[in-house]
Amino acid sequence: MSNVSITLYNNDESRGLIAAILKDNPASTTMRMPGVVKIDCPNKLTILRETVENELGRPWDVQQLHMSLVSLSGMVDEDDDYFTIAWNH
Amino acid sequence: MSVTAPKKLSLKERYRILTRGLDWTPTYQEPAKIFPHAEFEGIKIRDWDGFVDPFRLTMDSYWKYQAEKERKLYAVLDSFQQNNGQTAITDGRYVNVLKIFLTAITPGEYQAHRGFAMLGRQVPNVGLRIAAQMQSLDELRHAQTQIHSCSHYNKYFDGLHSFSYQHDRVWYLSVVKSFFDDARTSGPFEFLIAIGFSFEYVLTNLLFVPFMSGAAYNGDLSTVTFGFSAQSDESRHMTLGLEAIKFILEQHEDNAAIVQKWIDKWFWRGYRILAILAMMMDYMLPKRIMPWKDAWDIYFNEAGGALFGDLARYGIKMPNTAEVANKEAFRLSTETMLTFYQMGHASGFHSWLPSEDELKWLAEAYGPEWERLYLPRFKYFRELEAKGEHYYNPSLPQLCQVCQIPMFFTEPDDPTKICFRDTVYNGDRYHFCSDGCQHIFEGEPEKYVQAWLPVHQVMQGNCGGATIDEIRKYWRVEDGEDNYDYVGSPDETMWKSWQADRLKVGS
Amino acid sequence: MHIDIKAASLQQKRQAYKHLAKRFGEDRPASRYEEGTLDLAPEANFHYRPLWDADHELYDKTRSKITMKDWYALRDPRQFYYANYNITRAGQIESVEHNFDMVEKRGMLTAIPAEWVERITFYLLPLRHYEWGANMNNCQITALGHGTALTAPTCFAMGDRLGIAQLIGRIGLALASNNETALNAAKDAWVNHPDWQGVRKMVEDSLVLEDPMELFLAQNLALDGIVYPLVYGAFSRESDRRGGAAISFLCSFMNEWYEETGKWVDAVIKVAAAENDENKALLKSWFAIWEARAVAAFKPLSVAVLGAEAGAQAIADVEATLKARAAKLGIA
Ligand SMILES: [Fe+2]
Ligand SMILES: [Fe+2]
Repeated sequence: MSNVSITLYNNDESRGLIAAILKDNPASTTMRMPGVVKIDCPNKLTILRETVENELGRPWDVQQLHMSLVSLSGMVDEDDDYFTIAWNH
Repeated sequence: MSVTAPKKLSLKERYRILTRGLDWTPTYQEPAKIFPHAEFEGIKIRDWDGFVDPFRLTMDSYWKYQAEKERKLYAVLDSFQQNNGQTAITDGRYVNVLKIFLTAITPGEYQAHRGFAMLGRQVPNVGLRIAAQMQSLDELRHAQTQIHSCSHYNKYFDGLHSFSYQHDRVWYLSVVKSFFDDARTSGPFEFLIAIGFSFEYVLTNLLFVPFMSGAAYNGDLSTVTFGFSAQSDESRHMTLGLEAIKFILEQHEDNAAIVQKWIDKWFWRGYRILAILAMMMDYMLPKRIMPWKDAWDIYFNEAGGALFGDLARYGIKMPNTAEVANKEAFRLSTETMLTFYQMGHASGFHSWLPSEDELKWLAEAYGPEWERLYLPRFKYFRELEAKGEHYYNPSLPQLCQVCQIPMFFTEPDDPTKICFRDTVYNGDRYHFCSDGCQHIFEGEPEKYVQAWLPVHQVMQGNCGGATIDEIRKYWRVEDGEDNYDYVGSPDETMWKSWQADRLKVGS
Repeated sequence: MHIDIKAASLQQKRQAYKHLAKRFGEDRPASRYEEGTLDLAPEANFHYRPLWDADHELYDKTRSKITMKDWYALRDPRQFYYANYNITRAGQIESVEHNFDMVEKRGMLTAIPAEWVERITFYLLPLRHYEWGANMNNCQITALGHGTALTAPTCFAMGDRLGIAQLIGRIGLALASNNETALNAAKDAWVNHPDWQGVRKMVEDSLVLEDPMELFLAQNLALDGIVYPLVYGAFSRESDRRGGAAISFLCSFMNEWYEETGKWVDAVIKVAAAENDENKALLKSWFAIWEARAVAAFKPLSVAVLGAEAGAQAIADVEATLKARAAKLGIA
């Protein structure tokens, strides 16, 4: 089992996103560096539109992730309601 | 037919219809004439439609998101200029990191832009072409935003003034130039593995994340903004690299051997470039973010380990030189720094010796072996400096035929002995810094004998003349301004005057 | 903290990057277009010959028969660099979105007579394949053209053409209630219908052109110079008369884009032609070939959409306008 990882800007806009990720992926760990937050999670990490919208209190398009994303590690799958990063092994 | 109420389309379906439907099978011209590069590398593709789109941005969304990023970035750049943000960095030394970045990396972004345009035209699959085209646009963005971000620094600091001209000529910049020339002169699949996979997926995190974090830590608002903003495109690029390699490997079992050869080659080629990054992280950031070795562990051993774990099912293994890179991790930055320190007269940026505090930080990061090996050298150079005899090496270094770095790397298992390798090809002897580079040469000797090696070119009289003055002119390295030690440089004088003003006002 | 430092010690050492000051003949501040464009491409000391083209260097002026003392003379009057390019397009796409919303809300597409929906499907929707050819051609010039002054705007044009292809695709979806049927019918017309074969052959032939400047002229001046005024001008006016005004409305971006982009295309051709007599003669001969082909290729479509007489007239008008434009550029 390996970690997947996502790195996001550490700014106001990403805050709700980060909160949603931590809520939906309780096994994840965070590492904070100046300007960015790196979130690691064993095998798979899921971002759900609904959770992000609840955190932000407004509609959120999954593709808006592109505005906060700094880096990732793992295979990506995205659709209208989710964005996942996973390893297959 | 008439128009009725629309059915709901998912993101995936909509994207497929708006992209995959664009292509048709040409009949008036041979497909092989329209896509002449598709087959010569020996990669076998059974079904081009098996390619999975890495991300699903239509052009309208691309414009929308990229415009939003650019609006934010340029707002920061404008206010940085108006408020003279360059005076708020931690120390004048810091700007040397930008000098290396602008002269070495920015032209590389440009090469990536042109290379992805090539790929965006040449691959016979719409999805892959669109992903490559968007990356081509992104890479142009990176080159231009970096030039714009550094533009204000150039008005005050030396060493940033001739970045593209120097990239074509200066000795250490040929390391990066030859890397991208090598990738771009390859076929489309090798380019994809070289830049899309090996560089973007395995190595750029090392370049951008810790480095840009370092910029943030050192008060460089301008660089941190372009850096993270560029990196936000990078996750698309990484996904393209990963989908591409999976696709190639799934198409035919014969592809694995070719791909493995490229991974081995391009891991080592890319890793060699990172030597200069290691030096920047450990020796040039006035406030350090993390030692090179830690970044290497996080981004190569951990993230790369997971990645190669995933590719194992295709029979793909870790690059064959990863072991050597790990052995070098504790000394890479120091060996590089010590070389540049001695080449200060022939460089377009300043070098300097680390302070006592910095040496303590390094010793803590790298342990007793590092202390035993390198502290005496720093002490020796410091003593020479105290006598007013800063050491500069007057001789022309021998360069590795492949990576073009001077021979200063040491044997994997003996850090006291310089690593030399050589191969005779067509009656001539060629020299290498490592088994990795020798291996690459032996795979394609007819390519690497062509290398424009700066030192050879100087000796053949192709670089303005035989004296260092003439050569510096050819490089447009301004003697007494751009080069030598930071201590005593015009940059330092200016920085000190800013600090003096600040103190006067403060008192 | 900036106010702490006296203006005197904030004396600028230089105004611009040196390669720019050298071009300007003085050290004056440069625009972001100039900084992001001029002298950006590698010029010297290439390491390896391309495996895919051993006869040329990686960056090589001689890929084109056109010669320029300075390839950076081919400036873009719009002064596009990545940021202002994307910001401009994002603004335009916002009005496109607005138009789509309005058309949908008012049911403007449902009001189009069924037989005209079929005509639109026949004449407009196959053009997304034409646009896709234009995308590849501008991509090719970006990869192999010389000098960033030329290749950065062609890269933007590459993006534009994908955007327009997808915009046509969206119209096709909207016309078929988000089913693929109309787009499939259009692709079938593109591949099989006799009226479209001249266009498709011309596009496929353009895809194998080797000289990037010939490709630039063929695609961006000769072919587009017929297609845009014909389809988004004459055909759109006919569509308005037939109850399909909503379509012209949705295509307003194409007209706006063509007008803007044409200024850049003209500037490039004009400067290249004025450089020397050999260039002028070459551009002239290329224009003659590709303009005539474009006219011949689109004539059957013009007749099919507008009728024999009006169709012939429309294509003659469009040709006359293009020839007048070429005359102004010095290549008629
Ligand atoms: Fe980049
Ligand atoms: Fe080497």
